[in-house]
Amino acid sequence: MDMAGGKSRLTWAVNLFAALLVLLWIIPTVGLLISSFRDRDAISTSGWWTALSASEKNVIERALAPDQAKPEGDLWVLEGHVLEGQGVTVTAFGITSKEPVAFTPGDTATHARGHKITVRADGRYRIEYAEEPSESRGQRLFVRAETPPGFTLDNYREVLFAEGMGRSLLNTLTVTIPATIIPVLVAAFAAYALAWMEMPGRALLVAAVVGLLVVPLQVAFIPLLKLHIGIGLGKGYLGIWLAHTGFGLPLAVFLLRNYMVGLPGEIIESARVDGATDFQIFRRIILPLSFPALASFAIFQFLWVWNDLLVAKVFLGTGEDQVVMTGRIVDLLGSRGGDWEILAASAFVSIAVPILVFFSLQRYLVRGVLAGSVKGAAV
Amino acid sequence: MAHLTLSGLTRSFGSEVILNDIDLDIQTGELIVFVGPSGCGKSTLLRMIAGLEKITDGTLEIDGQVMNDIPPSQRGIAMVFQSYALYPHMTVRDNMAFALNIAKKPKAEIDAAVDRAAKALQLEPYLDRLPNALSGGQRQRVAIGRAIVRNPKVYLFDEPLSNLDAALRVATRIEIAQLKEAMPESTMIYVTHDQIEAMTLADRIVVLANKGIAQVGSPLELYERPRTEFVAQFIGSPAMNLLPGKITATGPKTEVTLDAGGVAVTEIATTDTDMGRAVNLGIRPEDFVIADGDAIFEGEVEILEALGEVSLLYLPANMSVGEGAVSANQTHLIAKLPGIHDGLKGQSVCLTADPAKLQIFADGITMRR
Amino acid sequence: MQQALFALSTIIIGVFGCVAYFYFSNLLLDRMCPAKGPNAGRNINRANAIRPWLFVFPALAILSIYLLYPVFSTAYLSLHDSGGDFIGVGNYTWLAQDEKFRESLVNNLMWLLVVPAASTFFGLVAAGLTDRIKWGQLAQSLVFMPMAISFVGAAVIWKFIYDYRGDNQGEQIGLLNALVQAFGGDPQAWITLPFWNNFFLMAILIWIQTGFAMVILSAALKGISEETIEAAYLDGASPLQVFFKIKIPQIWGTIAVVWTTITVTVLKVFDIVFAMTNGQWGTQVLANLMYDWMFRGSPDFGRGSAIVVVIMLLVTPVMVWNIYNAHKESR
Repeated sequence: MDMAGGKSRLTWAVNLFAALLVLLWIIPTVGLLISSFRDRDAISTSGWWTALSASEKNVIERALAPDQAKPEGDLWVLEGHVLEGQGVTVTAFGITSKEPVAFTPGDTATHARGHKITVRADGRYRIEYAEEPSESRGQRLFVRAETPPGFTLDNYREVLFAEGMGRSLLNTLTVTIPATIIPVLVAAFAAYALAWMEMPGRALLVAAVVGLLVVPLQVAFIPLLKLHIGIGLGKGYLGIWLAHTGFGLPLAVFLLRNYMVGLPGEIIESARVDGATDFQIFRRIILPLSFPALASFAIFQFLWVWNDLLVAKVFLGTGEDQVVMTGRIVDLLGSRGGDWEILAASAFVSIAVPILVFFSLQRYLVRGVLAGSVKGAAV
Repeated sequence: MAHLTLSGLTRSFGSEVILNDIDLDIQTGELIVFVGPSGCGKSTLLRMIAGLEKITDGTLEIDGQVMNDIPPSQRGIAMVFQSYALYPHMTVRDNMAFALNIAKKPKAEIDAAVDRAAKALQLEPYLDRLPNALSGGQRQRVAIGRAIVRNPKVYLFDEPLSNLDAALRVATRIEIAQLKEAMPESTMIYVTHDQIEAMTLADRIVVLANKGIAQVGSPLELYERPRTEFVAQFIGSPAMNLLPGKITATGPKTEVTLDAGGVAVTEIATTDTDMGRAVNLGIRPEDFVIADGDAIFEGEVEILEALGEVSLLYLPANMSVGEGAVSANQTHLIAKLPGIHDGLKGQSVCLTADPAKLQIFADGITMRR
Repeated sequence: MQQALFALSTIIIGVFGCVAYFYFSNLLLDRMCPAKGPNAGRNINRANAIRPWLFVFPALAILSIYLLYPVFSTAYLSLHDSGGDFIGVGNYTWLAQDEKFRESLVNNLMWLLVVPAASTFFGLVAAGLTDRIKWGQLAQSLVFMPMAISFVGAAVIWKFIYDYRGDNQGEQIGLLNALVQAFGGDPQAWITLPFWNNFFLMAILIWIQTGFAMVILSAALKGISEETIEAAYLDGASPLQVFFKIKIPQIWGTIAVVWTTITVTVLKVFDIVFAMTNGQWGTQVLANLMYDWMFRGSPDFGRGSAIVVVIMLLVTPVMVWNIYNAHKESR
């Protein structure tokens, strides 16, 4: 609204609070993302929020032994490099422990014994002696250095190939894809029948589906596991597909039926008048028109199955070819709880796909959330 | 109790101008109606007066005080919305009392004000109901009651009748007219697209078109002396016929020879410089009479609509259409004759009209001075 | 590679098996009851009576086997001991005295009180704020995003918040402790902090569910007629008054829905506790306790089932409410 006399202070406050809220909500995820790119030592010695800025450290290094100095004109010169190969920038240096940062890079410090010392920002140093020095202990150099933020892909490499996350990713996909498609299909047919076909007891069936919406799925574990083992299905993919299908069906039937009931009846009736069978009506008219609802549920089910831990732990075996990503992460939490870099990278691998799906298909997800609860639970 | 001055009022979004340079004076106790085709900005103008839309440029004064940056609630106005905008979770009583409650008025005063308004609008039996338990007409009255309770200086109505069915609309229109009579001091601004509402309610009508004001005047002034072709065709139904022609004689009585052949003598004065000028002759359908001899227009009745009290005759003709006209017919001249004229279909008729009622438009503007 | 091929083939078999059922069963029905010939009329009627059942059969079968049958089976199992012998309500009397069960029940009730309330509250705040700003859409996406993250992933994410380093273990790398330190406090081992650690676990679920609440409440707010809001401003209400007196009362129904939906989610919460503490340090909840009895150490299906029955009883009021409302709608 663009009202006269609206207070800009209020708008400002609203923006500020919204920004704070959003920040609060994304910080945890950002922390994980950053951590997953840091190397092992960095993660366990400093917080992830320090990773973005350069970190400073103070080191003491001994210069080369003075007896290696080479003549240059009438001077004896020693040249070398502190913190060689570490890509750091020297921000200050000193030559006594009392004043370790007394000089800025490029300055020349004069030692009590007369020799002159210069350390440059890139770490190169030069010590000039008036006479040929003879000591074999090198001059102590106190250096304050800045390390640029360092990121690495090693964690991901290790997680995907050595820790079996790659394998688990495949397992998760094997579980997720059929466990998403099958309930959509089964539910779509049932929803159409419950919405538009004449059958006795239709209202009762709908009520039953609504009731099943809230049955906690823990109920199913023991009986079904017994059943699966009893009929020789055992622990495996077929079992978990069926289980996920069963657990997802109430919501699917409910969502889709609600949507299909809302489709204009004239279209279906005119198709009947045109001589189409129910199967043709379903395939040619209902399915295409219901696409938004199908997509909504499919995304829901996909996220739910992908993120599930409990069902997978119960219905799948513990073999290498059946452990899904969530299960793998829980195992890692137990066995390698201290290896933060492994945990962070694994977790990010497992949430990358859902987040990708989330951002690209958010529209449908929102629609599904709305249809599933507002129309669903309340109405 | 209030008089409004709008000067140079402009509303735009970026480079898109919605309303441009509106100048208007509204007197205390006046009922003024904004009409215009949809999208002409009449609701925007009302909302700018209410403070619901910012004023991009120009000033709005109520009783001499500049209101541009005053929030809506402090302008001394009350508004009746098209959808009534009743608070669905409050009873009728709470709806009407809301503004006074917010202003922390004493309870006795609030009750008295609500009861008074409820009595005036015959809402007493419904005070403890929720809005969705009321009929459309009752909701409309609650919305008006909510405005009355606040005792505002200016009442704003945004198409208040458009959600009612035809019969209720007439009844409520009359109620609003009576309300106005009961409160002669209140200034009212009323937005509608319905010209009957405009003609029956208004002291003055403001016709908006093309982002600005096309004409301001009393209802009869607009009907009898439209300033432009647009106003001529917007007021009156069916729309005024515009027949293209040329001025063939000037003076106190101007003669127009139509392209279609007929000749009309009007009582509009022109000068010699206008000789030969291409113009449109405007004749309202209801002003036509069947002639014996000299006709302004002669043609065959192609379509005849018998409505009982009147008959509409459609004669094929090459018509001009004023800019922005909504309802004008381009292919037929329309004549509205009282009574039943069953036999005329397919017949050739000669039509003429009272010279005093004819209009001449040159370049879309009336030649009447 | 082999795994990928296996996965692909199982996917194809699973999905096509499903499609084939619907296609061929319909085809079969059309063959058996052709809509022409001498008995066309009777055939059409018969096909019309059978076809709905063809359509609903797979759904009904799966629902019966995977949800309905287990409900009864669990109730039956809960009356038996680990050896399968009938012991009446023995498991329930055991539950009543079990220390861990009481702890879980109390914790679950705390979760039920806190998480739906907090999520709905934050959701409402987020919806209210983002409703009024230009970048509201983006803000909503970001707050909603945790919905896509698994509970396990969330647990790892929050480990980086709650981590605690003891006295001689160097710098704090947990954000919460770093903040506490920055403000002059003493770092804590949040996850083992008695009683309060429950709330730190709840924070994770609240973080996830707030987006859900926000999306629904935001849609409800958008559904409020703009004119009533303008009318309220004209009536002199301040933005806050408009929010509390006009907007919120109009979306009470939706708030209730959000609340109950999150309640059901909370009752089933398992993964977060499982991954963060596994029920140690006084954070046990019913779902995780059940998992312990069913699949850990020496499984006792009887006791596990009894716990499930308790969860089910807790959910029942919500279920009744849902059916009641669905019924009201269909009338």
